[in-house]
Parts: sequence; structure tokens; C-alpha cells
Amino acid sequence: MKFEGTSSYIATEDLKVAVNAAITLERPIIVKGEPGTGKTMLAHEVAKSLDAEIITWHIKSTTKAQQGLYEYDAVTRLRDSQLGDEKVKDIKNYISKGKLWNAFESDKRPVLLIDEIDKADIEFPNDLLLELDKMEFFVYETGETIKAQNRPIVIITSNNEKELPDAFLRRCFFHYIKFPDPNTMEEIVEVHYPDIKKDLIQEAFKIFYDIREVPGIKKKPSTSELIDWLKLLMTDDVDAKILREKDPKKLIPPLHGALLKNEQDVHLFERLAFISRRENENVE
Amino acid sequence: MFINFFFDLKQASLPVSLKEYLMLMEAMNKRVVDSFNVNDFYYLSRSALVKDERYLDKFDRVFGHSFKGLENPEGETTKEIPEEWLKLMGQKYLTDEEKKMIESLGGWDKLMETLKQRLEEQKKRHQGGSKWIGTGGTSPFGAYGYNPEGIRIGQKEGKNKKAVKVWDKREFSNLDGDVELGTRNIKIALRRLRKFAREGAETELDLDNTIKSTAHKGYIDVKMMPERRNKIKVLLFFDVGGSMDAHVKICEELFSAARTEFKHMEYFYYHNCLYDAVWKDNKRRYNDNIKTWDVLHTYPSDYKVIFVGDAEMSPYEITYPGGSVEFWNEESGETWLTRMLNVYENAIWLNPIPERYWDRIASTSIIKQIFSDRMFPLTIEGIDQAMRELNK
Repeated sequence: MKFEGTSSYIATEDLKVAVNAAITLERPIIVKGEPGTGKTMLAHEVAKSLDAEIITWHIKSTTKAQQGLYEYDAVTRLRDSQLGDEKVKDIKNYISKGKLWNAFESDKRPVLLIDEIDKADIEFPNDLLLELDKMEFFVYETGETIKAQNRPIVIITSNNEKELPDAFLRRCFFHYIKFPDPNTMEEIVEVHYPDIKKDLIQEAFKIFYDIREVPGIKKKPSTSELIDWLKLLMTDDVDAKILREKDPKKLIPPLHGALLKNEQDVHLFERLAFISRRENENVE
Repeated sequence: MFINFFFDLKQASLPVSLKEYLMLMEAMNKRVVDSFNVNDFYYLSRSALVKDERYLDKFDRVFGHSFKGLENPEGETTKEIPEEWLKLMGQKYLTDEEKKMIESLGGWDKLMETLKQRLEEQKKRHQGGSKWIGTGGTSPFGAYGYNPEGIRIGQKEGKNKKAVKVWDKREFSNLDGDVELGTRNIKIALRRLRKFAREGAETELDLDNTIKSTAHKGYIDVKMMPERRNKIKVLLFFDVGGSMDAHVKICEELFSAARTEFKHMEYFYYHNCLYDAVWKDNKRRYNDNIKTWDVLHTYPSDYKVIFVGDAEMSPYEITYPGGSVEFWNEESGETWLTRMLNVYENAIWLNPIPERYWDRIASTSIIKQIFSDRMFPLTIEGIDQAMRELNK
């Protein structure tokens, strides 16, 4: 089993090494990086390229580790017992399996995505330590031990909102997806829009990387935003010439809403663009 | 050699543990990357040993240092191994016994010759292939510990086009904990200072307790509990004006991060050192100030106190009454600071000036002493440590 990237996902060399290490050693891999650099996508693509089932577990601030294993529905059972339902005799009827259980049961080695683990409580990763290490857990209600038939490929994403405990980190591989350089970016765009005009890409890239370089910008546009923006430019059939526009009245790139996500950034950009264009004109 | 790399990392105070090292060994053993080259090894070890992007830059530096000379220069045929280097390595890492074994094989020169021969043969047999000397078990070099340690002999041509080594590019340099701050980073650092507790009005349904109680009593018995909140309370004191102008940006960032992070936060301004009054609005600081005594009396001692300032002034401004540059202070700054510290057990000083200069500035040393060494640099690392200190 080897991950080599797919036709719709450009994986850099270091990412491939990290993912393959995690697959071979059957350890979880933690993926961090700027928002929009394809952390969640990675799990889906790994599943696709290995032809494995993907099981996703989205973490929220209220998610508990136990929910990933199983949940015991005591309230329903209580109600059923009062109604004299036959089901009530077997406790198994009231245990609903969590994502981890599903993953452990799978016949073929699945990919388990634990998305945005940092959203959960600080103790959350610690509660999963043993389960992810041994790939087994114990169900108290029925007294059975659930053991993984095939150790799933566990991919964990984090947005760095909380620090993860050291004990947890020690058991995982780690990869930080850095922001793609223009060459990689070109490959990524190529994968998404194979028939995009070359000159449009060039002009759009220039604007995109310029915006990212703007000092003091609050939220830098990311890969996924660039992709969206290009899509808009394509559907509106914007000509590359418009992007090259030097008219001070049209300072802001067309459809900038896809790139700049708050009004301070738009103002800032307007101001800077104005200054730089004025300087250009003076030079000319 | 790997062990040395591991200890180099330890020495550079990267948080690596034995478990991670063993994991790396296991990965090497299982041939995670089959055509081993230094780049792949770099990626693999980075992924196994570094668990936080803050340390990536440091890791790159240590890696570059530990494996200097290992990579193949561009354009050179890869089968040439610098003899000098091999000899040196041998002398450094071989035991006496092994050295004797080398002697028995005809000494170093002979060994080198055999190595060259072996390489020639290999070239003929595997065109362009890559093979480790020593992993096959037939090579005499295997016995001397030259295996996976990274002596790469022969590799696919054109695989390593880059002249710059990956780790020497130091692409992660601005993620280093000692370097750059942004509000987001500060927020994360400030989050160390959290103490959740359920206090106040009971507004949430306590499901577990309700079920338990219901089962116990035999009828529905609803139990409530208060919401979970961060109960940390913070007093922030900012030095403004004068020498602090250079650090305005970072202070702004700290301020905005702290404001979103702590529900109970009060802030005050002071100039150079704490005296008998502080203020909340810099425009009206002369009319609208707040007596320091009032601050001490208003906020209970479970508040955590954070002073932000460069602590750069004339020592007299701290130690003598009347030392202030702005007005006649009846009592010295030191007195006021001590008073503050007596009330608030958890107090720290954040200094935007890099730590290495502190000893050279007399006033900084004095303040550091007053704060019993609880002065931290205003960097992510520093805030991190400071928050740990406040949590004690």
C-alpha cells in the first residue's frame, strides 16, 4: 500500500513520505497547515488512491472521545422498559456504534479521518490515546472487546487552536503542509481546471501572490480560495487583459470577494494598490 | 551516527523522545521509502521526530549541522565517496575491535580499494540502480556500521536536481517560536492560561446526573449545572510612550489577543515604572488617572498580573523616591512594585527586548530581581513560559 498522489491532488514529496510512513507503520498521522491547503482533502485522496473506504469523524467543541467508540442510549431503554418492549432485554439494541467502531469492523483497511481534532476539549486526544495505539477498546455494557480487524489508516487534521498533548503527539507522525510555491500551485490549478487559459493563470497568480505578500493583511487567501476565484474568473469569462488593468479606478481585482474575506483587508488593499499604482505612474 | 543526530536534537532542546526515535528506526527498517536518499530520510525523520511546526526550523538547522557533507553535490557522479570523510567517520565511531577487523582486512587503504571495486561491480550490474552498501550482508562494510546511516552510494540520475539541500532552505523559518508573533499565535500561547470551572447560575442540563438520579429515584428528576467557563482573571499593565514606541505593534497584538482570550481582563497603562497612579486612556492620563491603591483594593488577589514593558530606564526611576521622569513621586517605583507583588501572588513581566540584552541594562536586572526572575521575553516561547508560570 503506497500513496502516490492522485490525478486530482498534488502531493509534494515530503507529504508522500510522511503519509507512507504512517501507512506502513500503522500509526496515525497529524496534518497541520494554513486553512485551505488541503488537509481534509488529503484523507479523501488517500482513500481514493488506495481504493479504501473513508470514514470521517468531524470534531466539534462538544465532541467526546466516547462518542467515537460507542454510545449507550439509556433514555430510550428506560422508555422501552416502561412500554414493555421486547427489545429492552438485549442491551445491544441500545448501543450505537461510533466512527472508531465502524472503522475497526471494516473488512478492508479503511481510512479514518479525524477532522479538526483541536476543536474538541483539551483532554480529548488523551482519551483516545490507548484506543488509537492498541486499536481496540472495551465495551463496558456488553463486556466485549472490540479489536480492529485491519488497523485503519488514521489521518488527523488540526488547525492549531489548541495544543495537542505530548503523549499523543509522540505516537503520531506529523506533517505541516506549507503554502505551495508558484510551481506547485500551477500544478494544482492544472489538476482542477485543465483548460484554463495560460495568460489568465499568469495574471491571476501575480495578483494572488501579491495579495498574500501585502503587509498587515488579516487573512491571507489560501489555495482553495484561489481555486474558487479562478473558477469565478472562468465562468465570467474575464479576460486576462482586465487583470492587467492599470486604471486607478479599477484598483481591486475583479471578483475579489473570493480572495479577500473581510472589509479591513479590502480597504487595506485598496490603499496599497492605490499607492503602488501612483508610484508606477510617476515612474512612467 | 543516528544516535548522535538524536542527541544533537535533544541538545538543541527539541522535544524528541525515545519513542519517536524508535519509530523512525522502525520506519527505516520497514523501508518506508524504498529508494533511500538523503532527502527522503530528511522528510521521514522530520515527520517522525518533529510534532509542532514551531520546531521545524530548528530541526532543519540541526539536520543541516549533523549531516553536513552527506549529500551529493550537484553534477558529481554519486559513486565517489570522500575517502577522508569515511576514514574520519570510522575513527570516530568504530570500536577498537572493529578497527582491528579492518586491519585484518588489509587496513584502510585496502578497504577503500575494495569499496571502489565493489562500486564498479555494482555499477555494471545495476544500471542506475541504488543500493546501500552494507545492507546486503555480503559487503564487508556492513560490519562496520555503515548501513542505513546515510552513505548513499549510487542513485538514479536526475533525482536530486536541487543544488540547495531541502533542509538548508529553511522554509519554515518564520514559524519558529522565537521569531514571529501574530495575534493568532499569541492567542494560542495565552490559552495555556486556562482554568475551566463550573460556576454561577445552573443553566445547563446535566444529562448524566439526570439519568442517574432518575434511575435511582424511579421518576424523572432533572438536574442542572452551571456552564463551563474560563475563570482566569487577568490584570494587564502596559508601559506606554518613550522607549516603548518601538514595540507598539507587538503590544497591540498582545492586547487584542488577551482581550478575546480572557473574559475577566482589566488593563492599565503606566510609564516606565509603576508609581502611585495608572490610567486607562492615554489621552486623558493627567486628568483621569486611577490610584494604584484603588487597583490593589478593587481586584482580589486571585487575579493574575501581567506587566508589559521594556524595563529600560534610569535605575533611579525604580529605586528612589522622586526618580520619575514625569512628576515627583513620593514613594519609589520599587515600593509600588513590591506592594503589587505582595497582593498578587501570580505576577510576571513580559519584556519586548530580546533576552540576551537584559543583563546589560541595569534597570532590567533590578526589575527582574524584584519579580524574582519572573521576567519573560515577549515572544511566543516567552508567553508560553509566562503562562505556565502564572498557572502555578
